[in-house]
Amino acid sequence: MAASGVIVFGFIVVHILGNLQLFAGPEALNRYAAFLQGLGPLKWAVRALLAASAAVHIVTAVQLTVQNWQARPRRYATIRYRATDYAARTMWIGGPIIGLFVIWHLLHLTTGHCHPAGQFAADSNGIINVYNSVVIGFMDPAAAAVYILAMLLVGLHLYHGLWSMMQSIGLNHPGWNHWRRWFAVLFAAFVALAGISLPVAVLTGFVTPA
Amino acid sequence: MDFKLKVWRQADAQTKGRMVNLDAKDISPDSSFLEMLDVVNEGLIRSGGDPIAFDHDCREGICGMCGAVVNGYAHGHQKGTTLCQLHMRSFRNGSAISIEPWRSRAFPVICDLVVDRRAFDAIIAAGGFITVRAGSAPDGNALPVPKDKADGAMDAAACIGCGACVAACPNASAMLFVAAKVAHLAALPQGRPEQARRALAMVRAMEESGFGACTNHGECEAACPKEISVNHIALLNREFIAASAAAVPPRDEIGE
Repeated sequence: MAASGVIVFGFIVVHILGNLQLFAGPEALNRYAAFLQGLGPLKWAVRALLAASAAVHIVTAVQLTVQNWQARPRRYATIRYRATDYAARTMWIGGPIIGLFVIWHLLHLTTGHCHPAGQFAADSNGIINVYNSVVIGFMDPAAAAVYILAMLLVGLHLYHGLWSMMQSIGLNHPGWNHWRRWFAVLFAAFVALAGISLPVAVLTGFVTPA
Repeated sequence: MDFKLKVWRQADAQTKGRMVNLDAKDISPDSSFLEMLDVVNEGLIRSGGDPIAFDHDCREGICGMCGAVVNGYAHGHQKGTTLCQLHMRSFRNGSAISIEPWRSRAFPVICDLVVDRRAFDAIIAAGGFITVRAGSAPDGNALPVPKDKADGAMDAAACIGCGACVAACPNASAMLFVAAKVAHLAALPQGRPEQARRALAMVRAMEESGFGACTNHGECEAACPKEISVNHIALLNREFIAASAAAVPPRDEIGE
């Protein structure tokens, strides 16, 4: 759970940092996209690693959830919680929703299958204008809303996931234990806010098609 | 004081149980929760009924025998105390109080509020011990232990094995119990010889007993009458990962 989650988390941070180049204009983002496409075998190695991590994450999550549901065959008539939070209690359902979002996200901006017709086409040199496809993709308010909601969910998932990961791999020390919650909050908030900033920038007209 | 109780009644392990309404009348505000149950039971016996079965022993919060989920909280709403240390003055006069046994697949109900906690014994038997020279008592301070280590070990050793961590955990996981036992012994030189195998053997025994797995909700720490920190769970995971990486032989090699 923790090991596969860390790999996906690492990718998300790099992915978000790279995509923030949307604010640097079409040349920067398209150059970055061309650089990634030019990685060749390395690109496929990273994709394979991510797919494997996602698969491991899903399988272990299902095992964990089933084991935990079976561990209490009869529920309490009355139960009150005083430590757990919304993020922790929604991990089991937030995960599948984020999984569905990832599938749609790939069809939307990687393969273009769910993209508004004609906007994902390559030019005469066979190069896709990534900047335009992202900006036009976010101009659809429904699509932008899905991204914003999904990024909020990802933030929630990361908040508990990061804290949980530190417990699960035994990362603790009396000297910095009080920083662990802040670390989780900081990274979860960064990913969520950075992700939300992109569709919001397009919707408000701050970023326009080139 | 008067209370309207909703108590789990179950004749034995095989019978289906249910919540039953009972009145608790003329209860002293200074009585403990268990003393309140004693008064209710006396009334039940006088009227020819079966008293409510519940575990108890020291009635001063150190033995780990008592415990029930009261109004949704393991050991009741008061923090850092066992059920026997909870007093009726902390409830509103006339209020309704729900009382249920610990609920976990690994802790089957024996009768009413009494559950079978032998799963904890199995975990201890798997690795919660040290190899010592039997015989005369060792000299005091023959093994020097730094003060901070001794304090840390004592924080973990405060666990009385009541099972509230399992009862309060949304996953019915016993991680805090196992973590406390492992952390207690791992901090001391006496625990060193079995250190690696202990983590593996106790975690395996925990999984075989049917407990859930930890997803770091933190409810155990909040419910623990000894306020044992979830930081011990991180330590247990570290011990477990180190032992797994070292590929030490598990349970069969120790004690059996």
